[in-house]
Amino acid sequence: MKLKSRHLLGLEGMTKEELRLILDTAVSFREILDRPIKKVPPLQGKTVVNLFFESSTRTRISFELAERRLSADVVSFSTAASSVSKGETLKDTARNIEAMKIDMVVIRHAAPGSAHFLSRVVDANVINAGDGGHEHPTQGLLDMYTLREKFGSLEGLRVCIVGDITHSRVARSNIYGLTTMGAKVSVCGPETLIPREIERLGVKVYHHLEDVIPEVDVLNVLRIQLERQKSGLFPSLREYHRFFGVTKEKVSRAPKPITIMHPGPINRDVELSADLADGEHSVILQQVTNGVAVRMAVLYLLGT
Amino acid sequence: MKKTRLIDAEGFRRTINRLAHEVVERHTGAEGVAIVGIRTRGEYVAQRLAKIVEEISARKVPVGILDITLYRDDLRGRLDQPQLKSTNILFDVTGKVIVLVDDVLFTGRTIRAALNALTDLGRPALIELLVLIDRGHRELPIKADFIGKSVPTSLKQQIKVMMSETDGEDGVYLADPDEDGKEVSA
Repeated sequence: MKLKSRHLLGLEGMTKEELRLILDTAVSFREILDRPIKKVPPLQGKTVVNLFFESSTRTRISFELAERRLSADVVSFSTAASSVSKGETLKDTARNIEAMKIDMVVIRHAAPGSAHFLSRVVDANVINAGDGGHEHPTQGLLDMYTLREKFGSLEGLRVCIVGDITHSRVARSNIYGLTTMGAKVSVCGPETLIPREIERLGVKVYHHLEDVIPEVDVLNVLRIQLERQKSGLFPSLREYHRFFGVTKEKVSRAPKPITIMHPGPINRDVELSADLADGEHSVILQQVTNGVAVRMAVLYLLGT
Repeated sequence: MKKTRLIDAEGFRRTINRLAHEVVERHTGAEGVAIVGIRTRGEYVAQRLAKIVEEISARKVPVGILDITLYRDDLRGRLDQPQLKSTNILFDVTGKVIVLVDDVLFTGRTIRAALNALTDLGRPALIELLVLIDRGHRELPIKADFIGKSVPTSLKQQIKVMMSETDGEDGVYLADPDEDGKEVSA
């Protein structure tokens, strides 16, 4: 079986079979990460360019490691040190880089749809590493992988995504992927940070953590972006923490332990208390490890 | 399509039995020997072989499974992507005598890939190759150390190894293409 598209732009519209193919392939790559020599040759001779127009540590390092472990040649680029600061357009930047004969592009950009746009103007395979508030498909996949690893199956698994849903690409990719795989997905956050009509994506909406905690197996806690406070979407970090901060005291009311996820970077003791982030039911570091395996799977499936 | 049986279930058992004895004979009591099967059928041959080697040598023999997909030289340009499965070798290969096991030795390309995959895991003291069937037509300078049966074939013919683990029976068949030259479906 092969993926239908040459690109990975989002999890929206992908079939159960395609998602399963990526997750199954990632299992094989996960094993490679535990070897003494963590390198295999399938992308030998292929050149991958990482175009990061937005700052990122985790995702970028994760992609770079994944590419190198598949033996690809890797060029990474970030906005600060590039011609973008001289006013070059995305299209020009991309076409110029492609003129240097590259095979794959990984792009992170603040504009939703930038990965789609890029896939129309270049011949290389395009992988979306986050386009504004739209999608972050590899994050969605690594979250799904981590949950499947822990629970065995995603079918019927009850996952609640907590926080700023409106501006979150992680939330969207998780919703598309998890609902396709048969999980029961809900979202929880202040009314100002939950898009209207999000129920249409097949999720349940909560506005009180107390209501959702007894109903779920997993809380995927999103980073609250401090700049949202300035735009008046919530009054203060203290108030956000009081109502939507996930704490040991709040999750202790669940009938059984709740698995804690976070896409990082964490604002400790704002959206998630430090003791939970480091606690025994946290899978946050597994998410990071699995991210490399999942990205290797995507690169391998698109690049060979 | 004409199908000739080369080895029946009893012959299959005897062949693996003999190969196991050869391995123990060459490595006096299977000392330091580990057996690694190449997915899919090489894995089952390896497991059966190891069982017999353990019986006659009274020594524990580690068994591993090697998936060579990532090391294939025909990964690119294939219309269907081969399903990637995991390598499962839970012992350190460094310093071991590795008996690499596959069902059929043909062009040698699988073995080339397996050698690369194996040496990426460590540095074995020695690697030997054991195959159930050697059908000739090598495209690389590779030869087997232990051979169940050598079968001269034409390029059009197919060797089909059936094993009860996957195919419901033990046996080896030689299939001739149809008279109208149509390829035999595997």
